[in-house]
Amino acid sequence: MLEWIKQPWPWYVAGPLIGLTVPLLLLLGNRTFGISSSLRHICAACMPANIPFFKYDWKKESWNLFFAVGILIGGFIAFNFLSSSAPLTVNPKLVQEMAGYGITSYDGLIPQELFNWPALLTVKGFILMVLGGFLVGFGTRYAGGCTSGHSIMGLSNLQWPSLVATCCFMAGGFIMANLILPFILKL
Amino acid sequence: MKKIVNTDFEVRSSHAMCVNHSELDHSFVSLLKYAVAGIFFGIILVKAQVIAWFRIQEMFRLQSFHMFGIIGSAIAVGALSLFLIKKFNLKTIDGESIQLEEKHFAKGQVYGGLLFGFGWALTGTCPGPLFAQIGTGASVLLVTVLSAIAGTWTFGLLKSRLPH
Repeated sequence: MLEWIKQPWPWYVAGPLIGLTVPLLLLLGNRTFGISSSLRHICAACMPANIPFFKYDWKKESWNLFFAVGILIGGFIAFNFLSSSAPLTVNPKLVQEMAGYGITSYDGLIPQELFNWPALLTVKGFILMVLGGFLVGFGTRYAGGCTSGHSIMGLSNLQWPSLVATCCFMAGGFIMANLILPFILKL
Repeated sequence: MKKIVNTDFEVRSSHAMCVNHSELDHSFVSLLKYAVAGIFFGIILVKAQVIAWFRIQEMFRLQSFHMFGIIGSAIAVGALSLFLIKKFNLKTIDGESIQLEEKHFAKGQVYGGLLFGFGWALTGTCPGPLFAQIGTGASVLLVTVLSAIAGTWTFGLLKSRLPH
């Protein structure tokens, strides 16, 4: 059993389990699945700066922060106790493309060659980690949600604005990954 | 002390995901159950390799079905769950009736959606997986979280000047 758990889980196991998070949060306390709001609550709690968008009672939404901390703990548990050390297997075409940028290591889930402390001071690392993070925070709030809030929760509830948002998430990702990222990775 | 005007409900209804909140559970202990739900969710994200930068790159290059399968089957199970909750009028464990908010269209879903898509492909992560990645020991991604918080803060600052 533990050996099976330690293997990477296929999509048809993981996807339905992620889907069950939607009714789980509703049944636990009428909470709508969504994570990017936690970033807003952190702003409201730490530096509202008299901005109307952050003047609300964030404590009423603190469940979202507990959920986010839980995700972090879950990541720790899964990585340290429920994982095998086998390298990631990815599509050979991607391996070939990445080799062109000098990326050859598939140990671990986050590529060490790109995401590390010294790389923060390089143009490439700054774009990937700092600019990328900024766009995630700005874009999700502007869109009113992220993959969880719009793509999973919103689409599960058959909300067409969430379909618009999801299509735009995907379009943005396709544009960046195929048209812009190749130039960034060559830096 | 300055009185804080509570306008969060109307503000939130247009921009945040969580507009309905239980009136019953605000104590620390009762909030812990959401941390447990988060642990469950975080473990799945790692085990399904949703937090892997290369998996996201495969998705945006149409080189793997994995991520599409995960998101698609999650929506299917979520939709079936909501259908059953509505059909049988299920209540929360505290006995409250379950309410779901309609989402309203705004231009931000297009502009913000595209910007988030750019960030998703760059970082290989969205907000949920970002927390899980830090849990796996990728300490440098604390900088990415701080930057995401700064992005959210900047949106709040510029909100009234952006098209909606």
